[in-house]
Amino acid sequence: MNNDSIYLPRAATIKNINRFTELENLFEITLDDGNPLGHKPGQFVEVSIMGIGEAPISVSSSPTQSQTFELCVRRVGNVTNAMHRLKKGDKVGIRGPFGIGFDTEFLKDKDILFICGGLGIVPLRSLINYVFEHRADYRKVTILYGCKAPHELLFTNEVTAWGQRKDTELHLTVDAVPEGEHWNYNVGVITTLIPKVDFDINTTYAVVCGPPIMYKFVIKSLKERDLPDDHIILSLERRMKCGVGKCGHCQINGIYVCQDGPVFNYTEIKDLQEAL
Amino acid sequence: MQEDKYADAAKHDKNKGGFGMKLVKKDDFLNFVNTLIKNDSRTVVGVKSKRNKFIYDTLNSADELRLEYDVTMLSPNKYFLPPTETLLRYDFTGKFSVQAVNEVTPLIIIGIHPYDLIAIEQMDKVFKDSNPDYNYIRKREASILIGTNIQNVSSYAFSGSMGAATTDRGFDLMLTNIGDKYAIEIGSIKGKNLIEKYAKVSEADNDTTREVQRIKTEIGSKFEKQLNFSSEELPKLLEENYDNELWEKNAQKCLSCGSCNFVCPTCYCFDVQDITELNLKTGERIRTWDGCLLEDFAKVATGENFRKDRAARYRHRFMRKGKYLYDKFGFIACIGCGRCASSCLPDIADPCKVFNSLKEVIE
Repeated sequence: MNNDSIYLPRAATIKNINRFTELENLFEITLDDGNPLGHKPGQFVEVSIMGIGEAPISVSSSPTQSQTFELCVRRVGNVTNAMHRLKKGDKVGIRGPFGIGFDTEFLKDKDILFICGGLGIVPLRSLINYVFEHRADYRKVTILYGCKAPHELLFTNEVTAWGQRKDTELHLTVDAVPEGEHWNYNVGVITTLIPKVDFDINTTYAVVCGPPIMYKFVIKSLKERDLPDDHIILSLERRMKCGVGKCGHCQINGIYVCQDGPVFNYTEIKDLQEAL
Repeated sequence: MQEDKYADAAKHDKNKGGFGMKLVKKDDFLNFVNTLIKNDSRTVVGVKSKRNKFIYDTLNSADELRLEYDVTMLSPNKYFLPPTETLLRYDFTGKFSVQAVNEVTPLIIIGIHPYDLIAIEQMDKVFKDSNPDYNYIRKREASILIGTNIQNVSSYAFSGSMGAATTDRGFDLMLTNIGDKYAIEIGSIKGKNLIEKYAKVSEADNDTTREVQRIKTEIGSKFEKQLNFSSEELPKLLEENYDNELWEKNAQKCLSCGSCNFVCPTCYCFDVQDITELNLKTGERIRTWDGCLLEDFAKVATGENFRKDRAARYRHRFMRKGKYLYDKFGFIACIGCGRCASSCLPDIADPCKVFNSLKEVIE
C-alpha cells in the first residue's frame, strides 16, 4: 500500500565499473526488475546509497542501449564518494529518470554543434551516441570538448573514435598542459575553439553543457557568430534533491530545474537572472 | 474513495450552504469535544495556550481549547508535512532492502482560522498536483478540519488584505462565536456525520445565519495592518521590482536564520537525510523542513552556491510567495497570518511592509 511513494528507489545492480580518472568512474547499472530505464538523452536519475543519501546524476548512455545504463560519477560529495567505494555486483537505489531531456525529434535534419566543458560531456555523451546511432537523421555533427588538463579527459577511447569518423568534426582543448603530460590538440579555454569551426547559423543548433562559469562565455562567443538565441540549448546543474518538483532546492526564479529542465532552450532562461 | 472529500468541497463551493448550519450551546460544544477525545478513534488536537503564546497540540480535555486565540506559533500544516518525517526504512542485513513508510495518525483538528484553512488548500494543490506525494496526501485525507472564525486579530496579521480573513470552504466544520452559542457551518459529509454522531445541536434560524454573515463581513476590517493596494496586483508588482534596491537594503540585516520559512504555513521546502541506527543494521530516510533563506539551500556538492547572496535569498522568498507559486499554481502563497513578521528578529520579514514599500517606490 505504500508502494505509491514517489521517494521509494528501485533496486539496481552495478554490472561494471570503469575507472576513468582519479575522480571519475563510469558505472554500468541494471535495474533488478529487468525493465529498461527508459530515459531520454539529457535526463537524470537520483542514485541512493542507503545510509548515505541520494544524489542527482545525469545518465551518460544512449537510450538505444536499453539493458543497462551508464552513470559517469565524479566523487565530490557524500553519495558520490560512497559510490566510488562500491564494487561490481553491489546494489544501489535508482529513482527516475527525471526531467526534460534533449528533444531528439526536433534536432532531426539539423546541424548540431556540441560544446562540452569538463563533466559536461557526461549528459551530452548520451545525446552524441544517440545521434551516431541514428546518424542519417541528423546533418553535420561538430563536437567541441574541453577540460582543464589532458589527464581529465573522459571517455578517451570513445572520443578518439568520434574523431576518426568521417561524418564528424571533433575539436579538443585543455586549459593548460601540466609538465609531463602530452597534448597534440588546442590549448586554451573552450571558447577558443568556437572561432575555429565553421557553421551555418540558420541550420545549426548548439548544445552546451559545462560548469556554471562556462555558459556566459560560450553564449557570448556564439552570439558573436550571430547564432540566434533559440538555436542554443543548454543543460543546467542545480541541487535537484527530490527530482519531483517539491523540495524547492533546484528552483531558478519560478522554474524547477528537476521538472522544467535540466535541458532548456536559451530563450526560456536568458531573462532569468539566477539562471546563468 | 478519499477523493470524495475534495468533490464535497467543490460541490459545497458551488451550492453554498448545501450542508446547512447548526447551533450548539457552548457547554454542549465542550461536551462534544470531550466526547470526541474519549470516544473517537482519531486523535483530537486543538489550539492551546503555552506561556503567552498559542500552539496546536493534543487535547486532553475540552477546557484546554482556546478558540479566542489570535494566531498560533505554527500552523496546523505541521501535522501534514511534519518538521521531521520518515519516508523510507532500510535494512543493511539483506542485499538491498528499502520500504516506503507513511506514518499516518488520523486527526480531528479544532480551531483552525480561515487563513490557515486556505494555506492547507494551497498545500493540497502543491502535493496533489503532478507527482502526488502520498506522505502528505494520506495524512491530509485522514484528518477532519474544524475551523473557527477569528475572534481576536493578531497585531502582525493582514489576512483581510489577502482575501484570507474568512473562507467558505476547505473545512469540515466551521465555528462562529455568537454569545453563548457557536454557529456551526457544515462543509462536508464527514463534518455532517461527526455532528450527527457526537453533538447535541439545534437548527440555525435565519437570524443566526445573518449574524454569522455579519461577523464574517466585519472581520476583514478589524485588521490594523492592510496592504495599500489590491493583492491581485502582487504578481505584477513583484515582477517589476525584481531589481529593486529594497532587497539588498533589507537583506543587509538578514540573519539567514530561516525563521520566516519555518513558521510559514505555505513554506514546504524540505531536505532529505539518511539516519542509520547505531546497530548499523537498519536506518531511516527522513525529510526535514528546510528554508530558502538558509545559506546552503541552493549549494551543490561541487561547492557552487546558486543563491549565495543574502539579498538573492531574501528576494526569492517574496518572489516565491507573490509570483513564482502564483505562476505555477494560480494562488498567492501568502495568507497574511503575520507569523514571519513576528518571528523575524531584525524585523525585515513582514510581507505587508515589504509589499507596501514596493508599491510606494513605484508610485
